[in-house]
Amino acid sequence: MIGLTHFLVLSALLFTFGLYTILSRRNAIGVLMGVELVLNAGALNFVAFGRFVEGGLSGAVFSIFIIVLAAAEAAVAMAIVLAIYQNIRNIQADKLDALQG
Amino acid sequence: MSPYSIAFYAIGLLTLLSAAVVATNRSIVYSGFAMIFTFLGVAGLYILLSADFLAAMQVLIYVGGITVVILFAVMLTRGIEDPKSSNPVMNRPASALASAGVLAMLLVLIFNTDWPLRAPKSLAPGEGISGELGELLLGRYLLPFEVVSVLLLAALIGAVIIARRETLGDGGGEPR
Repeated sequence: MIGLTHFLVLSALLFTFGLYTILSRRNAIGVLMGVELVLNAGALNFVAFGRFVEGGLSGAVFSIFIIVLAAAEAAVAMAIVLAIYQNIRNIQADKLDALQG
Repeated sequence: MSPYSIAFYAIGLLTLLSAAVVATNRSIVYSGFAMIFTFLGVAGLYILLSADFLAAMQVLIYVGGITVVILFAVMLTRGIEDPKSSNPVMNRPASALASAGVLAMLLVLIFNTDWPLRAPKSLAPGEGISGELGELLLGRYLLPFEVVSVLLLAALIGAVIIARRETLGDGGGEPR
Protein backbone atom coordinates (compact mmCIF):
# COMPACT_ATOMS: atom_id res chain seq x y z
CA MET A 1 0.00 0.00 0.00
CA ILE A 2 1.45 3.32 -1.08
CA GLY A 3 1.31 5.79 1.77
CA LEU A 4 2.66 9.14 2.86
CA THR A 5 6.17 7.77 3.45
CA HIS A 6 6.57 6.62 -0.15
CA PHE A 7 5.80 10.09 -1.48
CA LEU A 8 8.03 11.76 1.13
CA VAL A 9 11.00 9.53 0.26
CA LEU A 10 10.49 10.11 -3.47
CA SER A 11 10.35 13.85 -2.97
CA ALA A 12 13.41 13.75 -0.70
CA LEU A 13 15.33 12.00 -3.50
CA LEU A 14 14.10 14.60 -6.01
CA PHE A 15 15.22 17.35 -3.62
CA THR A 16 18.64 15.71 -3.34
CA PHE A 17 19.09 15.66 -7.12
CA GLY A 18 18.10 19.32 -7.24
CA LEU A 19 20.52 20.23 -4.46
CA TYR A 20 23.32 18.34 -6.19
CA THR A 21 22.54 20.22 -9.41
CA ILE A 22 22.64 23.59 -7.63
CA LEU A 23 25.93 22.80 -5.90
CA SER A 24 27.81 21.24 -8.80
CA ARG A 25 26.84 23.25 -11.89
CA ARG A 26 28.93 26.10 -13.25
CA ASN A 27 26.42 27.17 -15.88
CA ALA A 28 23.93 29.62 -14.28
CA ILE A 29 21.06 28.09 -16.26
CA GLY A 30 22.03 24.66 -14.92
CA VAL A 31 21.82 26.05 -11.39
CA LEU A 32 18.32 27.36 -12.15
CA MET A 33 17.26 23.90 -13.34
CA GLY A 34 18.33 22.60 -9.92
CA VAL A 35 16.19 25.27 -8.24
CA GLU A 36 13.20 24.13 -10.28
CA LEU A 37 13.74 20.51 -9.16
CA VAL A 38 13.89 21.61 -5.51
CA LEU A 39 10.68 23.65 -5.88
CA ASN A 40 8.95 20.64 -7.47
CA ALA A 41 10.01 18.41 -4.59
CA GLY A 42 8.60 20.94 -2.10
CA ALA A 43 5.30 21.25 -3.94
CA LEU A 44 4.99 17.46 -4.13
CA ASN A 45 5.48 17.27 -0.37
CA PHE A 46 2.72 19.83 0.21
CA VAL A 47 0.25 17.86 -1.91
CA ALA A 48 1.18 14.55 -0.25
CA PHE A 49 0.65 16.08 3.21
CA GLY A 50 -2.63 17.58 2.06
CA ARG A 51 -3.87 14.13 1.08
CA PHE A 52 -2.59 11.95 3.91
CA VAL A 53 -2.42 14.30 6.93
CA GLU A 54 -5.05 16.39 8.68
CA GLY A 55 -5.47 19.82 7.15
CA GLY A 56 -7.66 19.53 4.07
CA LEU A 57 -6.78 21.09 0.75
CA SER A 58 -4.45 23.80 2.08
CA GLY A 59 -1.49 21.79 0.78
CA ALA A 60 -2.80 21.99 -2.78
CA VAL A 61 -3.28 25.76 -2.42
CA PHE A 62 0.33 26.17 -1.30
CA SER A 63 1.45 24.07 -4.27
CA ILE A 64 -0.35 26.46 -6.60
CA PHE A 65 1.49 29.37 -5.01
CA ILE A 66 4.79 27.50 -5.39
CA ILE A 67 4.13 26.89 -9.09
CA VAL A 68 3.23 30.56 -9.63
CA LEU A 69 6.33 31.77 -7.77
CA ALA A 70 8.49 29.34 -9.77
CA ALA A 71 7.11 30.81 -12.99
CA ALA A 72 7.87 34.37 -11.84
CA GLU A 73 11.32 33.31 -10.66
CA ALA A 74 12.12 31.62 -13.97
CA ALA A 75 11.07 34.69 -15.98
CA VAL A 76 13.14 37.13 -13.88
CA ALA A 77 16.12 34.77 -13.65
CA MET A 78 16.23 34.26 -17.40
CA ALA A 79 16.07 38.03 -17.96
CA ILE A 80 19.00 38.46 -15.55
CA VAL A 81 20.96 35.67 -17.26
CA LEU A 82 20.42 37.26 -20.67
CA ALA A 83 21.40 40.72 -19.36
CA ILE A 84 24.59 39.28 -17.82
CA TYR A 85 25.38 37.46 -21.05
CA GLN A 86 24.97 40.66 -23.06
CA ASN A 87 27.45 42.41 -20.76
CA ILE A 88 30.22 39.90 -20.13
CA ARG A 89 29.56 37.15 -22.73
CA ASN A 90 29.66 34.48 -20.04
CA ILE A 91 27.18 32.86 -17.69
CA GLN A 92 29.52 30.60 -15.71
CA ALA A 93 28.46 31.16 -12.11
CA ASP A 94 32.02 31.34 -10.74
CA LYS A 95 32.99 34.09 -13.24
CA LEU A 96 30.30 36.47 -11.97
CA ASP A 97 32.45 38.10 -9.30
CA ALA A 98 32.21 41.78 -10.26
CA LEU A 99 30.60 42.63 -6.90
CA GLN A 100 33.13 40.65 -4.89
CA GLY A 101 35.33 43.67 -4.24
CA MET B 1 0.83 -5.51 -6.21
CA SER B 2 -2.07 -3.22 -6.92
CA PRO B 3 -2.23 -1.14 -10.13
CA TYR B 4 -1.81 1.94 -7.95
CA SER B 5 1.54 0.68 -6.62
CA ILE B 6 2.73 -0.22 -10.11
CA ALA B 7 1.78 3.25 -11.37
CA PHE B 8 3.53 4.89 -8.41
CA TYR B 9 6.78 3.00 -8.90
CA ALA B 10 6.78 3.46 -12.68
CA ILE B 11 6.13 7.21 -12.50
CA GLY B 12 8.50 7.61 -9.58
CA LEU B 13 11.25 5.83 -11.51
CA LEU B 14 10.66 8.05 -14.57
CA THR B 15 10.82 11.16 -12.36
CA LEU B 16 14.00 10.16 -10.55
CA LEU B 17 15.84 8.89 -13.63
CA SER B 18 15.16 12.07 -15.58
CA ALA B 19 16.11 14.14 -12.51
CA ALA B 20 19.39 12.24 -12.43
CA VAL B 21 19.95 13.15 -16.09
CA VAL B 22 19.26 16.81 -15.25
CA ALA B 23 21.79 16.62 -12.43
CA THR B 24 24.60 14.79 -14.22
CA ASN B 25 24.43 15.21 -18.01
CA ARG B 26 27.25 17.19 -19.57
CA SER B 27 25.07 18.90 -22.16
CA ILE B 28 22.71 21.58 -20.91
CA VAL B 29 20.34 20.91 -23.80
CA TYR B 30 19.94 17.29 -22.70
CA SER B 31 19.44 18.49 -19.12
CA GLY B 32 16.72 20.86 -20.31
CA PHE B 33 14.86 18.18 -22.20
CA ALA B 34 15.20 15.68 -19.34
CA MET B 35 13.60 18.31 -17.11
CA ILE B 36 10.42 18.03 -19.21
CA PHE B 37 10.13 14.37 -18.19
CA THR B 38 10.77 15.19 -14.54
CA PHE B 39 7.93 17.72 -14.60
CA LEU B 40 5.63 15.26 -16.40
CA GLY B 41 6.47 12.63 -13.77
CA VAL B 42 5.59 15.04 -10.96
CA ALA B 43 2.30 15.77 -12.78
CA GLY B 44 1.62 12.02 -12.80
CA LEU B 45 2.31 11.87 -9.06
CA TYR B 46 -0.19 14.72 -8.56
CA ILE B 47 -2.77 12.59 -10.36
CA LEU B 48 -1.96 9.65 -8.07
CA LEU B 49 -2.56 12.05 -5.15
CA SER B 50 -6.01 12.94 -6.58
CA ALA B 51 -4.89 16.50 -7.33
CA ASP B 52 -6.14 16.73 -10.91
CA PHE B 53 -6.15 20.52 -11.13
CA LEU B 54 -2.55 20.69 -9.93
CA ALA B 55 -1.50 18.09 -12.51
CA ALA B 56 -3.02 20.22 -15.26
CA MET B 57 -1.31 23.35 -13.91
CA GLN B 58 1.99 21.47 -13.68
CA VAL B 59 1.81 20.45 -17.34
CA LEU B 60 0.67 23.89 -18.52
CA ILE B 61 3.05 26.06 -16.50
CA TYR B 62 6.13 23.89 -16.00
CA VAL B 63 6.21 21.83 -19.19
CA GLY B 64 4.66 24.47 -21.42
CA GLY B 65 6.12 27.59 -19.85
CA ILE B 66 9.15 27.32 -17.62
CA THR B 67 10.90 24.67 -19.70
CA VAL B 68 10.43 26.71 -22.86
CA VAL B 69 11.79 29.83 -21.12
CA ILE B 70 14.83 27.89 -19.90
CA LEU B 71 15.48 26.32 -23.31
CA PHE B 72 15.21 29.77 -24.92
CA ALA B 73 17.80 31.10 -22.47
CA VAL B 74 20.04 28.12 -23.27
CA MET B 75 19.83 28.86 -26.98
CA LEU B 76 20.34 32.61 -26.60
CA THR B 77 23.56 32.20 -24.62
CA ARG B 78 26.88 30.74 -25.63
CA GLY B 79 27.60 27.06 -25.18
CA ILE B 80 24.99 25.60 -27.46
CA GLU B 81 27.64 25.30 -30.18
CA ASP B 82 29.64 22.95 -27.96
CA PRO B 83 27.16 20.47 -26.53
CA LYS B 84 29.88 18.31 -25.02
CA SER B 85 30.94 20.89 -22.44
CA SER B 86 28.05 23.33 -22.20
CA ASN B 87 27.17 22.30 -18.65
CA PRO B 88 30.44 21.72 -16.78
CA VAL B 89 30.46 20.22 -13.31
CA MET B 90 32.63 21.43 -10.46
CA ASN B 91 33.18 20.37 -6.84
CA ARG B 92 31.64 16.99 -7.61
CA PRO B 93 32.75 15.11 -4.43
CA ALA B 94 31.87 17.96 -2.08
CA SER B 95 28.47 18.46 -3.74
CA ALA B 96 27.69 14.74 -3.62
CA LEU B 97 28.70 14.59 0.03
CA ALA B 98 26.57 17.60 1.00
CA SER B 99 23.56 16.27 -0.95
CA ALA B 100 23.90 12.79 0.58
CA GLY B 101 24.10 14.36 4.04
CA VAL B 102 20.88 16.32 3.48
CA LEU B 103 19.20 13.19 2.08
CA ALA B 104 20.20 11.15 5.14
CA MET B 105 18.86 13.88 7.43
CA LEU B 106 15.56 14.00 5.52
CA LEU B 107 15.17 10.20 5.60
CA VAL B 108 15.80 10.08 9.36
CA LEU B 109 13.18 12.82 9.81
CA ILE B 110 10.66 11.07 7.55
CA PHE B 111 10.92 7.70 9.28
CA ASN B 112 11.14 8.97 12.86
CA THR B 113 8.30 11.47 12.84
CA ASP B 114 4.88 10.42 14.04
CA TRP B 115 2.75 11.95 11.26
CA PRO B 116 -0.88 12.70 12.26
CA LEU B 117 -2.28 10.49 9.50
CA ARG B 118 -5.89 10.30 8.43
CA ALA B 119 -7.60 8.03 5.94
CA PRO B 120 -7.41 9.67 2.49
CA LYS B 121 -10.79 10.87 1.29
CA SER B 122 -11.76 8.72 -1.66
CA LEU B 123 -13.13 10.60 -4.66
CA ALA B 124 -15.77 9.26 -6.99
CA PRO B 125 -14.72 8.82 -10.65
CA GLY B 126 -15.00 12.16 -12.44
CA GLU B 127 -14.95 14.10 -9.20
CA GLY B 128 -11.97 16.39 -8.66
CA ILE B 129 -10.61 18.90 -6.21
CA SER B 130 -11.07 21.90 -8.49
CA GLY B 131 -14.31 23.12 -6.93
CA GLU B 132 -13.12 22.99 -3.35
CA LEU B 133 -9.78 24.49 -4.40
CA GLY B 134 -11.50 27.41 -6.08
CA GLU B 135 -13.55 28.16 -2.97
CA LEU B 136 -10.40 28.08 -0.82
CA LEU B 137 -8.51 30.40 -3.22
CA LEU B 138 -11.32 32.97 -3.34
CA GLY B 139 -12.22 32.57 0.33
CA ARG B 140 -9.69 31.72 2.97
CA TYR B 141 -6.64 32.45 0.77
CA LEU B 142 -8.02 35.52 -1.03
CA LEU B 143 -5.32 37.93 0.17
CA PRO B 144 -2.33 35.70 -0.84
CA PHE B 145 -4.09 35.10 -4.15
CA GLU B 146 -4.31 38.84 -4.87
CA VAL B 147 -0.75 39.48 -3.67
CA VAL B 148 0.54 36.73 -5.96
CA SER B 149 -1.22 38.29 -8.95
CA VAL B 150 0.45 41.65 -8.21
CA LEU B 151 3.78 39.84 -7.79
CA LEU B 152 3.37 38.15 -11.20
CA LEU B 153 2.72 41.54 -12.79
CA ALA B 154 5.80 43.02 -11.11
CA ALA B 155 7.93 40.03 -12.19
CA LEU B 156 6.76 40.37 -15.80
CA ILE B 157 7.53 44.10 -15.94
CA GLY B 158 10.85 43.55 -14.17
CA ALA B 159 11.86 40.79 -16.57
CA VAL B 160 11.12 42.96 -19.60
CA ILE B 161 13.04 45.93 -18.18
CA ILE B 162 16.07 43.87 -17.11
CA ALA B 163 16.32 42.10 -20.46
CA ARG B 164 16.02 45.39 -22.41
CA ARG B 165 18.48 47.51 -20.41
CA GLU B 166 21.46 46.89 -22.71
CA THR B 167 19.56 47.95 -25.81
CA LEU B 168 18.60 51.27 -24.20
CA GLY B 169 22.16 51.96 -23.06
CA ASP B 170 23.68 51.42 -26.50
CA GLY B 171 21.87 54.30 -28.12
CA GLY B 172 23.47 56.92 -25.87
CA GLY B 173 20.36 57.19 -23.70
CA GLU B 174 17.93 57.14 -26.59
CA PRO B 175 15.78 54.07 -27.08
CA ARG B 176 16.26 52.58 -30.48
